Amino acid sequence: MKLPKGFLFTSRYRILKRRLHPITKEFGLTFYVLRKSTLAVIGALLVCMFLFLAIFGSRIAPYNPYEVKIRERFIPPSKTHWFGTDKMGRDVFSRMLHGARYSIRAGLIVLVIAVPIGVLLGGIAGLFGGWRDEVIMRFTDVFLAFPSLILAMSFSAALGPSLFNAMIALSIVWWPMYTRLIRGQALSVRETDYVEAARSRGAGNWYLVRRHILPNCLSPILVTFTLDMGWIITATAALSFLGFGAQPPMPEWGRMISDGRIYMLQAWWVSVFPGLGIVMTVLGFNLLGDGIRDALDPKLRRITEVKWKQRTFS
Amino acid sequence: METENVLLAVENLKTQFFTYGGVVEALDEVSFNIIEGEVFGLVGESGCGKSVTASSILGLVQKPGKVISGRVLLDGDDLLQKSAQEMNQIRGSRISIIFQDPTSSLNPVFRIGYQVAEPYIYHQGKPRKVAARDALKILSQTGLPDPADKARNYPHELSGGMRQRAMIAMALTCEPDLLIADEPTTNLDVTIERQILNLVKDLQEEFGTSVLWITHDLGVIAQICDRVAVMYAGNIVEQASVRVVFHSPKHPYTQKLLRAIPAVDSSGENLEEIPGSVPRLINPPSGCRFHPRCDHAMSVCSGKKPIEREVGLGHTVACHLF
Amino acid sequence: MATNLIECKALTKYFPVKSFLREIGKVHAVEQVDLAIPEGQTVGLVGESGCGKTTLARTILALIPPTSGEIYFNGRDISKFSKKELRAFRKDTAIVFQDPYSSLDPRMIIADVVGEPLSIHGIARGEDRDDFVLNLLERVGLKVEHLYRYPHEFSGGQRQRLAIARALAGDPKFILLDEATSALDVSVQAKILNMLNRLKKELSLTYLFISHNLDVIRHLSDIIGVMYLGMIVEQGSRKQVFDLPLHPYTRGLLSASPSLDPDARSGTRDVVLKGEVPSAINPPPGCRFHPRCPSMRPSCAKEPPKLKDIGMGHLVSCHFAGCV
Repeated sequence: MKLPKGFLFTSRYRILKRRLHPITKEFGLTFYVLRKSTLAVIGALLVCMFLFLAIFGSRIAPYNPYEVKIRERFIPPSKTHWFGTDKMGRDVFSRMLHGARYSIRAGLIVLVIAVPIGVLLGGIAGLFGGWRDEVIMRFTDVFLAFPSLILAMSFSAALGPSLFNAMIALSIVWWPMYTRLIRGQALSVRETDYVEAARSRGAGNWYLVRRHILPNCLSPILVTFTLDMGWIITATAALSFLGFGAQPPMPEWGRMISDGRIYMLQAWWVSVFPGLGIVMTVLGFNLLGDGIRDALDPKLRRITEVKWKQRTFS
Repeated sequence: METENVLLAVENLKTQFFTYGGVVEALDEVSFNIIEGEVFGLVGESGCGKSVTASSILGLVQKPGKVISGRVLLDGDDLLQKSAQEMNQIRGSRISIIFQDPTSSLNPVFRIGYQVAEPYIYHQGKPRKVAARDALKILSQTGLPDPADKARNYPHELSGGMRQRAMIAMALTCEPDLLIADEPTTNLDVTIERQILNLVKDLQEEFGTSVLWITHDLGVIAQICDRVAVMYAGNIVEQASVRVVFHSPKHPYTQKLLRAIPAVDSSGENLEEIPGSVPRLINPPSGCRFHPRCDHAMSVCSGKKPIEREVGLGHTVACHLF
Repeated sequence: MATNLIECKALTKYFPVKSFLREIGKVHAVEQVDLAIPEGQTVGLVGESGCGKTTLARTILALIPPTSGEIYFNGRDISKFSKKELRAFRKDTAIVFQDPYSSLDPRMIIADVVGEPLSIHGIARGEDRDDFVLNLLERVGLKVEHLYRYPHEFSGGQRQRLAIARALAGDPKFILLDEATSALDVSVQAKILNMLNRLKKELSLTYLFISHNLDVIRHLSDIIGVMYLGMIVEQGSRKQVFDLPLHPYTRGLLSASPSLDPDARSGTRDVVLKGEVPSAINPPPGCRFHPRCPSMRPSCAKEPPKLKDIGMGHLVSCHFAGCV
């Protein structure tokens, strides 16, 4: 395996390829297991559709979501307005297309804030134990003691009603869950034989975190993350519905439900379609999250691996 | 030997598991008889199918597994043909089973006394007070110290040895014809294991129960069994009285297995190694399943499955050498 | 005379039993153990659950700090090691665990798993490290193409070989084998035991082999220590302990261990130990074995016996050793 320096690039490339091979194989297996579950595929499709709308929605919307046309208010769903119009004459479909991105933005921001905090605090608590663990967990317990939505409402009210503040409020409510999750993982990984073997050969704490604890935390984080997206979208919509989050005229879906609430009997389409939108999105994330969880489950992978190998090499 | 009654006759038992990765041929026409009053051992390494045999006999094979063919005759009655209702009646009263891990076989939320009394209530319809009294009696027979006090404990409050005694008590409440013991002493310390082995032997003699003892530990087999069947990859490769199997084994696998165990005089020398490894049962080797690892393999071994032939009094071997 | 690679003197380890942050008792896991492990030999430590052998082993490797007593490695006191010396100690010692399924990180490929000690000590990196790993794999009988696979693709026996390969990385002098073959089938165990013997000779290793299986201990060990409830009750060469056991517990252990001879049944009922191992939180006073001892006398409950040399290095801890 030792080659002269001239071939350094080639040998390095081959080594890299050889090292990447098992990782790509594992990814391949994950996708294969996912494909096998119809529900997971449905979830993936729903999520993809939602993401597509979130990114490109504003470009394909047929009407201006903010333009007020009082003469065209409360038109029921028809060929010109697929989802009808609301009390200001705005096309519901276009508003929904524009509003998708707010939901996803909320989800991403909350997670981008909550997950690193969770990993940091949970990691310290789990790895070191002792007083650090006690202090961090009791602090976390304080936040967990409150019903999450009420807590979010209080923070939102204190910061002032806006979508951005709602996202901050939700982050504050959400980080304890990740702290608990990572702490549990770190604790169980810390007790394993392979960590003890590494420690007995002289590995320091930083090495253990980097090489053993973090990689083993990735899959639970991914699964929880995906399932949480659904929750956060719902929570953001709930806060907006209650008036704490998005403010009019922002076409955030929760806000839209709230705006159309009083007109439910005359113009059901104003609330129902955004509601359906939220339902489908959350369903999609839940199904996909379950699918990912199953796809990463070692037992299921081992059973499915046999079938997968047969297909690739037949 | 005088005329003995065959209590349990297992004939050509075939069990398979239809998993996602393929069909696992767990049991490949397994046949053996258990005589009334004897302790019959089933020994083999992990994956050989010994536990599957127990669950097949009791009708407890879980999906995706299924007993494909064969007969299990308990006093002439085919258990595989019975309905679920009838098997419920048989399990616990005519055939009992004790498992390897009493922690998971004893319900953690019920007290020991209650769990031991349960078979009396369910199978024999005894009133609660009578059942409780009988439960205490059988618990003390298993050598559990201070049974009245222990009966009020929950399983997690007892040690492993005590839990196993409770399990044995539970299994023997209705004086079953057959007791199946699936690795009951594997997790116990050696000194406790010795106590349990002696206990089972004493109780077995007292109640006249036949025992099917399943284990991977050949030492335990040597100590407690009258006859033994050696299993490999879903087949029984050799069957004989314990003395014959240990002193003059005929099947190549049995011979190698016995030589692989460190013995009194083996220190410093190499132990016998069986080349290769236990085959997967999804696409098992053709013909004799041991042939890829056998020193004496002939051309017929890979083509035809060997039938069990009698090579001595009560001694059968499944090998083309005979 | 062979030098002692590792030596413990009066090694003691207690674990506190806490309730609401207050200490209400102590687990007397290891009590005043003197153990010498000569270089190039295999010392077998046998005992049942709760006897403290695992704790003793971890303490010897400085993974748990002892409550009192000293441990010497090549004549130097471990507790006085500088950071550099401790690192060297860690390179010179290794562990192989019982469960092959949890001793390898499932998220790391074999090359990283086995090469981990090399990375930790900076012995080799990248390509060079993979070369080293290939050598180690060959030593334990595994093939080249296994280098970039994940642990879950291997069987229990193969994983244990990988664990041993990892232990051999960095050229250690001492390997602690904690029930290394207890989870393996008999036929696989035979291969691993043969391999361990071969490696010991090839690489001049010193082993501390812990097991509850007397047959394996007898096969592998030169010196044997029998532990009960935190103390070594008997110690000696293989012949001394197995042919002439003097401590009642050793006798009970030997007779309880199922022998492979069906004809040897009748005699084995004689020394059956009654009762169970008591809790290490409140060990019995005097000799810790006395409640279960078939030859107990009144003085056994009052004074704890000391480990005495009966002759030729055969040590027994019993007031009446040799008299029964």
